[in-house]
Amino acid sequence: MTDAKKVDKYQELQGAIKRHHGERGALMPVLQEAQSIFGYVPQDVQIQIAEGLNVPLTEVYGVATFYSQFALEPRGEHVIGVCLGTACYVKGSQKVMDRIAQELNVEVGHTTPDGKFTLNATRCLGACGLAPVIMIDEEVYGRLKPDEVPGILAKYQA
Amino acid sequence: MDKIKLTIDGVAAEVDAGSTVLEAARSVGIRIPSLCYLKGVNEIGACRMCVVDVGGRALQAACVLPVTPNMVVKTNTADIRSARKANLELLLSTHDKKCLSCARSQNCELQQLCRELGVEDGDRFAGDRIEYEVDDLSASIVRDNNKCIVCRRCVATCGKVQNVSVIGPVGRGFKTKIASPWGKSLSETACINCGQCIIACPVGALREKDETDKVWEYLADPQKHVVVQPAPAVRVAIGEEFGMPMGSRVTGKLAAALRRIGFDRVFDTDFAADLTIMEEATEFLHRVNSGGVLPMITSCSPGWVKYMETFYPEFIPNVSTCKSPHMMAGAMIKSYYAKKAGIDPKDIAVVSVMPCTAKKFEAKRSEMNATGYPDVDAVITTRELARMLKEAGVEFEKLPDEDFDPLMGESTGAGAIFGATGGVMEAALRTAYEKITGKTLEQVEFQSVRGLVGIKEATIHIGELDVNVAVAHSTGMASKLLDMVKSGEKQLHFIEIMGCPGGCVNGGGQPIVSSWVRSQVNPAQVRAKGLYDEDEAKTFRKSHENPEIIQIYEEFLGEPDGHLSHELLHTHYHARDRY
Repeated sequence: MTDAKKVDKYQELQGAIKRHHGERGALMPVLQEAQSIFGYVPQDVQIQIAEGLNVPLTEVYGVATFYSQFALEPRGEHVIGVCLGTACYVKGSQKVMDRIAQELNVEVGHTTPDGKFTLNATRCLGACGLAPVIMIDEEVYGRLKPDEVPGILAKYQA
Repeated sequence: MDKIKLTIDGVAAEVDAGSTVLEAARSVGIRIPSLCYLKGVNEIGACRMCVVDVGGRALQAACVLPVTPNMVVKTNTADIRSARKANLELLLSTHDKKCLSCARSQNCELQQLCRELGVEDGDRFAGDRIEYEVDDLSASIVRDNNKCIVCRRCVATCGKVQNVSVIGPVGRGFKTKIASPWGKSLSETACINCGQCIIACPVGALREKDETDKVWEYLADPQKHVVVQPAPAVRVAIGEEFGMPMGSRVTGKLAAALRRIGFDRVFDTDFAADLTIMEEATEFLHRVNSGGVLPMITSCSPGWVKYMETFYPEFIPNVSTCKSPHMMAGAMIKSYYAKKAGIDPKDIAVVSVMPCTAKKFEAKRSEMNATGYPDVDAVITTRELARMLKEAGVEFEKLPDEDFDPLMGESTGAGAIFGATGGVMEAALRTAYEKITGKTLEQVEFQSVRGLVGIKEATIHIGELDVNVAVAHSTGMASKLLDMVKSGEKQLHFIEIMGCPGGCVNGGGQPIVSSWVRSQVNPAQVRAKGLYDEDEAKTFRKSHENPEIIQIYEEFLGEPDGHLSHELLHTHYHARDRY
């Protein structure tokens, strides 16, 4: 990120804080805007929100860790969502998840050090007929077997 | 106020509108069990121990359920008992259950409820349990989430009472834990070490950083000359650890007990409180006479001092440069006493017995070594001393009354009341009045600065001067007062601030009083009465009349607020990062 872009983002954040300042429950919308501005809500962003809205940092951090829509670290270039809904789970999605984690050497909820992939667990994706299902970005892969994982990942590793 | 009539377990009750079912039940002698409930501080219906049947589809949490006219409440049906037991068993399924080694054993609200409700092992819901790393990096407070029941009493106390907010719930569901942002240790946060979270905790998830081993080592070391000093508030609280009524005044037994476990000299922090008044009252007069920074704010409470350094550093010039009494005592023990007794200060260990966990942090501040050695070597809380006495088999209740050792053992009533909110102000006014007017102060009691109102204000006429004073206790109240000073709304000359609600008598190192007892009596009030009784019973009630204080200035220090005083008894502060 160039410095100018970075400054823009922080200005946008300050704008969001100003717009919601004084509102009841301002923290949620400001965190949502911060998430979309930065793609995640790092420490310095949370501190700015805490100071701007005059709420304790502890509260900001508590909300940011409560809702899965907020990320504390940058998301990877590609976001993998493995469905752990009932149907997928019964059909072995945990094994698919484990295989992805092993192949990428990353824990669930985290991003690979090269910034390429973020691995998430998701609720039902509404494609139970294709269970077990994963999504990579907007692409859906169904009826997956763990052994198919390396091949699929290879497409994104180029 | 409107009254509401209702029936609880067939008993007619009449309570103020707006009361909760829990309060209504307690008013007619029905004790609905609770864990997360802390009256006035944490009323959130989280633990579900207080569930009752009011005829709806589901059981309701009584602590957050307002009474309605003609309500019919059942608190003791088979369903309710079974629900409460299941809740307890669920809590136990993620609890480490190591009661034998727990600092709160036999004083634990979870353990007590298990006993009362007949829950024995809590293995019914055995399953996943997260092992947490214990945070013992703080100088004052240990957090052990393996014992935490996530009731949030500590969170509410840290936020709503103290306005510090360094802990909160993190994460969601089964993985929810009480922690600081980014998993930081308390030692890396703005925590002020007050320990109010410890006395709010129903279980053993929070406790003081134990220094009793260190003290036993000093006592066992033939090379060490070990000098002890207990704070004013300890003498009206430690009896509770031995089954005596709350607020029992046990000054003589305390001196005897300290001697029994082997301390070489038993001095009194009350003496040092008198010394503090000499310095602080003189500093105040110097500020008034020389156009110094006003209002001057007291500096005895290390929780408040760190709070100020972190959240209100702009007030650093306002805060008295006086060290707190036990630190003054430490510096005097290693200089004045060492010289008189002919002992090398390097062989002296000073142990402070304090109602306070923040004093542990204070003693480790790098500024606190006036003689080249630490002013104070170890700080133990009232609770830690009680544990030592029990370990040593001292039958505290049966001890005779003994005196403190001479040289730094004599004290006045002014020193005694330091332990209650308003006490330092009152003690300072007694001395300032006589110093300014040269007349005898007949009415020594300043009622306007006593009691438990959050912020107390008064205008005191001293000769030609009208001195506007204010007293705040708890850092939450302190922040309100300081905001008013900042905005110019309050024009004050002298402010007393204590970090804990009620002052030291309710400090974070004091005997723990259950939420059930706290909902009926305020320990701060009961223990403060003990201190005011002590004051009344004293021959001398003004610090400057203390014969040992007169002696120390004649023989050693010279003038209050003078050169040697500044070397030994005064300190400085620095701004701290909030995050």
